[in-house]
Amino acid sequence: MIEGTDGVGRSTHIALLRTWLESRGHAVLDTGMTRSVLAGRGLKEAKQGHTLGRLTMQLFYATDFIDRLENEMFPALRAGFVVLTDRYIYSAIARAEVRGIDSAWIRSIYSMAFVPDAIFYLRISSPQHLVERVVSSGRGFDYWESGMDLHLGEDFHDSFVAYQARMLKVFDRMTSEYGFHVLNASRSVRSVAADLRRAVAKVIDEPRPSAEEKVSLLPALKEKPAPAKTAVNVVDLNKEALS
Amino acid sequence: MISYGQHQFPGKLFVVEGTDGSGKSTQLGLLHQWLKSEGYPVFFSEWNSSPLVKDTTKRAKKRHLFTPATFSMLHATDFADRTERDIIPPLKAGAIVLADRYIYTAFARDVARGCDRAWVRDIYSFAVKPTVAFFFRAPLDVAIDRIVSGRPHLKYYEAGLDVGWSDEPEESFTIFQGKILAEYDRMVSEFGLTVIDASRSIERQQREMRLLISQHLNKKKRRGKAH
Repeated sequence: MIEGTDGVGRSTHIALLRTWLESRGHAVLDTGMTRSVLAGRGLKEAKQGHTLGRLTMQLFYATDFIDRLENEMFPALRAGFVVLTDRYIYSAIARAEVRGIDSAWIRSIYSMAFVPDAIFYLRISSPQHLVERVVSSGRGFDYWESGMDLHLGEDFHDSFVAYQARMLKVFDRMTSEYGFHVLNASRSVRSVAADLRRAVAKVIDEPRPSAEEKVSLLPALKEKPAPAKTAVNVVDLNKEALS
Repeated sequence: MISYGQHQFPGKLFVVEGTDGSGKSTQLGLLHQWLKSEGYPVFFSEWNSSPLVKDTTKRAKKRHLFTPATFSMLHATDFADRTERDIIPPLKAGAIVLADRYIYTAFARDVARGCDRAWVRDIYSFAVKPTVAFFFRAPLDVAIDRIVSGRPHLKYYEAGLDVGWSDEPEESFTIFQGKILAEYDRMVSEFGLTVIDASRSIERQQREMRLLISQHLNKKKRRGKAH
C-alpha cells in the first residue's frame, strides 16, 4: 500500500514494484482511487464539473473504495495475490480532514477496510518540491490536487502550495497513528525503488503468524462467510480514533 | 460538519416515508399543491435524483454491479449531493422543502439487505432532521398488491433479488418488503416518525397531514395567495 501526496511518484513506483514482483513469480493486482468498475467513471465525470460538494465528494470516493475492496482486493487476496494499492483509506481520510469534515464520521465510513501488511509513505519534505515535479511533469496543476475548492490562494500555484502543506501535516500525524513506513521521496527514483523492494521482500518473505491472519468482516455483509486465508488484520478505525 | 438534529434553519422540512405502494407520493403531491396555492415558497426533492450520481446508479442497476454496501454508499452519495444542493439552501432561504423519501428509506432498505444498522446511521449523520417525518403505514398485502398489479415486472434491486432470498421475483419482493416494514416499525419511536394509517381514504389522510403541518407554518412567510 503506497501513500503520499500528489506528484510524489506513487504510480511510477507501483509500476516498478509490479514488474519486479511478477518477475519473482508473484501474481499482482494493482488498484487505486477512482478505478472502480462501479463508480470510477461517474466520479471522474463529477470532478470535471467542479460542482462536487464536500460531503458528496467523500461519499463518492468511499463508494469507489468499497467497490474495489469487495470486488477486487478481497477476491485477489483470497486467491493469494499480492495487492498493490495506489493510495488507500489514509489519503481519503486526509483529504476529508483538510476539508474540515468530521474525523469520526469519515473514519466510521471506512471502518470496513482492513489493515494492510505494510503502508509505504513516500514523503516529500515541502510543497515546493512537489511544485517542481508538477511543472516538470508537463501535466500542470489539477483543480482538486490544488485544493481549489478550498479557496486557499489567489491562483493554482498558491492554492496548491497551501493545500499540499496541509496534506503533509495530516500525513505526518498519521505516520505514527497508523505506523507508516516512511521513505524519503526526494531522492532518485532508483534509490527509492531499491528501498521499496527491500521492504516489500521482507513483508512477503516473512509471513505473519497465523494468529494475526484475520479479515475484518464487512459490517454490511455479516452473513457472508469470511474468506479462507489472507494476510491482513482486523481494524476498527473508530475504536482507534477514540482510544 | 453539523449533525442530525443540530441544524437551525428558518425553513421547514417535511418528508414522507413508507413501503412501496403506500400512497405517500400521492399524498405529498396533494400537499405540494395546497402549500403552493396558499402562497408558500415550496421546493420539492425526490429520493435518488442527483444528476451527479444518476448515470452511475443507472449503469450499476442495469449491469447488477451493486453489493449491499456499495448500494448503500452510492445512495448516500446521491443524498449528500441533494442535501448540499436542494435541501440546505432552500431551508436557509426560509422555504418549505418537501422530500419524497428520506434517510429512513436507506435505513429500512439497507438494513433489510444486511447492512449494519449503526454503520448506515453513521453515514447519514450529516442529514437535516425533518420538521415532520410522515410514515405511511399500509398493511403489507395491500402495498404488495398495489405494486405487483401495477407493473409488468418487478425490477432486480426493487425486488431484492440481489440478496438471494428467492429466485422468484414476487416471493423475493414480499420477503424484502416484510423486512423493510419491520425496520420502519422500529424507527417510529427511534426517530419520532408520525404514523399515518395509509389504509384509510386519500382525503382523510390528506386532511390529517394538513392539520399536522399547519402548526409548523409561519403565516407571514406567504407571498400572497395564488388564484
